Formats: sequence, structure tokens, C-alpha cells
Amino acid sequence: MERKITLRVDGKERTLTVDTRTTLLDALRERLGVTSAKKGCDHGQCGACTVMVDGLRVNSCLTLAVAREGAEVVTADGLAEGDELHPVQRSFISHDAFQCGYCTPGQIISAVAMMREAEEGWPSVVSEDLDADEFPLSREEIAERMSGNLCRCAAYVNIVEAIEEVARS
Amino acid sequence: MKPFVYERATDVSSAVAAVAGRPDASFLAGGSNLVDLMKMEVVKPELLVDIRHLISHTIEELPGGGLRIGAGVSNNELAADRRVRRRYPMVSQAVLAGASFQLRNLATVGGNFLQRTRCPYFRDVSMPCNKREPGTACSALEGHQRDMAILGASESCVAMHPSDMGVAMAALDAVIRTVGPDGERTIPVNELYRSPADGPERDTVLKHGELITAVDLPDVPVAATSRYRKVRDRASYAFALVSVAAALRVRGGAVREVRIALGGVAHKPWRARTAERHLIGRPATEANFRAAAEAELAAAEPLKGNAFKVPLARNTIVSMLRTLAEEA
Repeated sequence: MERKITLRVDGKERTLTVDTRTTLLDALRERLGVTSAKKGCDHGQCGACTVMVDGLRVNSCLTLAVAREGAEVVTADGLAEGDELHPVQRSFISHDAFQCGYCTPGQIISAVAMMREAEEGWPSVVSEDLDADEFPLSREEIAERMSGNLCRCAAYVNIVEAIEEVARS
Repeated sequence: MKPFVYERATDVSSAVAAVAGRPDASFLAGGSNLVDLMKMEVVKPELLVDIRHLISHTIEELPGGGLRIGAGVSNNELAADRRVRRRYPMVSQAVLAGASFQLRNLATVGGNFLQRTRCPYFRDVSMPCNKREPGTACSALEGHQRDMAILGASESCVAMHPSDMGVAMAALDAVIRTVGPDGERTIPVNELYRSPADGPERDTVLKHGELITAVDLPDVPVAATSRYRKVRDRASYAFALVSVAAALRVRGGAVREVRIALGGVAHKPWRARTAERHLIGRPATEANFRAAAEAELAAAEPLKGNAFKVPLARNTIVSMLRTLAEEA
């Protein structure tokens, strides 16, 4: 069962025909050559496949490509402006926030989306006052809000520091 | 994954007719649970009817107080809603205690109720499982039992329902609104789930093709100081071993109003009515909290591998009530 779909991926319009079973992750990686979204567990348990769809971070491995007709997809590949890396990308480098690097694109897109969510005033389960207007990104908040992205090298300490620096500035 | 036809429905009644007309059809909303189960071929729909864009994504005030939450509202949108945070903090806390931010952006309120158990035998097609294949066996009876139910289970299935949101909704007496082949109806959340003794292959009383369109939270003033507490194997992004949603009103030292529901302990969000009855009118003391928790858990039938859940549930109920009494 095939369907033609159009996605906007990292600012470029892409039209392709996919088997209905194709996840957004497989469409990106196997069909469009956008390999920055990684396949870790393929079951929504690790976050390596995290991309933004219409501005929200989601697990692309649990999203069918056909169900995302017309969507705006942003991967870690699409964050840089020309040769200028995104502040979160620069911070990950300067804080040595990775070892093998496999989870890194998912971590970075998740961090970028997470800072937007906090700006929107979305609480987390560790937020002291649920009714607050703002949720400053303490280390505890960052750790909770990033818990959907696993790092098997356990670079968590530096990941939190890298994000904290950008969140503070 | 087995091949399937994908259709984007254009209106609710044709979506309902499309699914109701074919036993192998299924609704698709967020997909966070369904797509996963399809990959493992635990479920094998041949037609997916996408209703994500069709069902309501809004939260509206109800005339008598209370809120109507569209079934298409994402888990994060529900938890972040200002009115929900103020009037039903246990709902926000419960939702935020579940899954990850990414998954909660995908997952819808309607789908949260209908997510399937995370029992490892249900998810492993090489193992017998009465919920997946009726009449085979329950592999958990002689297997991994840490995550299984201690209340309301049966010889045929000891799986537990993994929802956090549903636990808070059960404590609030939320009411689900549906559209099915026979028209619209309402179902209290506390009547949504079937006992596994009646056949574990069907989780809920919903008919095939019946679609959840919204859930109504009634006006419950005591819920403004409610809380949700979740005990799990890691600090975040894990299913509950035990969780408690509770609200408490104390006046003159006595319990005037109390609502308690438990998660992680049964095939459904477990409303602790025995404990509630035990507390009403009695002094809000540690001894009474403990006696109430023990009265509720007297019906527990733990397995060898999850007997720890009985004292864990008791202690979590007591500590939650203590916190609420101190804050009152």
C-alpha cells in the first residue's frame, strides 16, 4: 500500500511515495538521506530519533510518515544557519557533551524544543509550583525534561551543563 | 509490520462507520502505543483510520463548572493547561509523571485511556498470553511479576494498566464521551475497563468502532489541593510500581471529603472506595490513614514476585494522606 506524501524537512520541500508502514524516521533516513535522526530502540524508549514536527519534539520512530502529510520537520541537521552552528550545538561541543555521539542529534533537537516548551510556560513533574508563570531551567528541571533521551555513554553530566549554559544566556 | 491501508477520515461519523464495518480496522490518533504494537505484530490492523485531526484539540468550560477535554488534546497540552493546573493539579502531575516530553507530545488524551498493558508477555508474540491470544495461557503466573497487578486480577491475566492520567481521572469521577455505531453515549472512567475474569482480550467496554471524543472533568473543589505521587524503578520515564492520586478535606480534625485512586496495581486505575469509606468522618490521623490503606489492600492477591507492592501501596497512600493533611 503506497501513498504519495509531501514533507518540509529542514526547510526543503520533499515529495516521496512511501509504503504506509514507513515511519517518519525511516522516511527521513532511508528515503530522504536525512540521517541525523538516529534509530536507537525503534520503540520510543531512547529518544535518539527525536525530531520536531510542526514545532513539537516527537519520537519519529512511532510516527507514521503518511500521517504527517504536509508537516514541517526539523532535525538536528536543520538547526545551523549556514556555517553557523546553533548555540546548543556549540555548547555541546565546548562542554564535551557526548562520547560516541549516536544519541547527540536527538539530544540537541530535544534540548532546543525543551527550551521553547519552558518558555511557553509548560511545567514538568519536578516543578515546585505548578501554577507558576515561568519555569527556570534548573539542573533538576533539565534532567527531568531531557529524560526521554537516553545516553548509553552516560554523558549526562556534561549534557546538562551544556544545556544549562544556553538556557542561562 | 503487516501491510495496511491508511485512510484520513473526513468526519467523525464516517470514521466510526469505517472502523465499525471492518473487524480488522483500527483508529489512529497519536500512534505512540499503536504503532509500537504494530511493529511487534502484537496487533495487526489491515485498515487504519486516522482521526487525529478530526477529534477536538480544545479544553472547554462546562456549564456547571468542570472542564471538557477534547480526546485529541495531547498529554502535554492537558498537563500545561492553566485551568487544569489550578483546579486539578493531580491531573497535571499524573500526566507529567508519565512517559517523556516527546511521547506526551504525540500521545492524546483519548489514546491514553486506551493504551495497552506493558506486560512483557503481551508484547512478546513468541510467548503465550491470554490478552493477545485468548485461550493460550498467562505466562506471568510463572514468570516476571514485578509489574503485575495485585488487585482485581484473574487466573487468566494479571497485567496492569499503565496509565498515570487515568488514575487522576478515576479519582475525579471523570466521564468519557463517545460516538459509536449506535450513536453517542457517556461512560464513567470507573466503568470503562472490563475485569480480566470476563476475558482479558478486551480491555474496555467500548464497542468496536466506538470512538472517544472527549472526557469531562466534573467540578470537584477539593481537587484544587490534590496531588499525584508515583513510585517507580527510576526517577523519570518509567511506569509506576505504585502510584496514588488523592484529594483530602479536613475540618475540625476530621476527614470531610476524600478521593483516592491507585495506579500500577490493577488492570485499571483503581479507585480506593473502601479506603475512602473508612476515612469519612474519622479523625485525620496517621493511624486512621494506615487503617484505611490496609482496609483497601485487604483484597490484594499479590503474586510471589510482587508481594512488595502491598506494603509499598499502603505506605504511599499513608504518606500521601499525611502530606495532604499537613497542607490542609
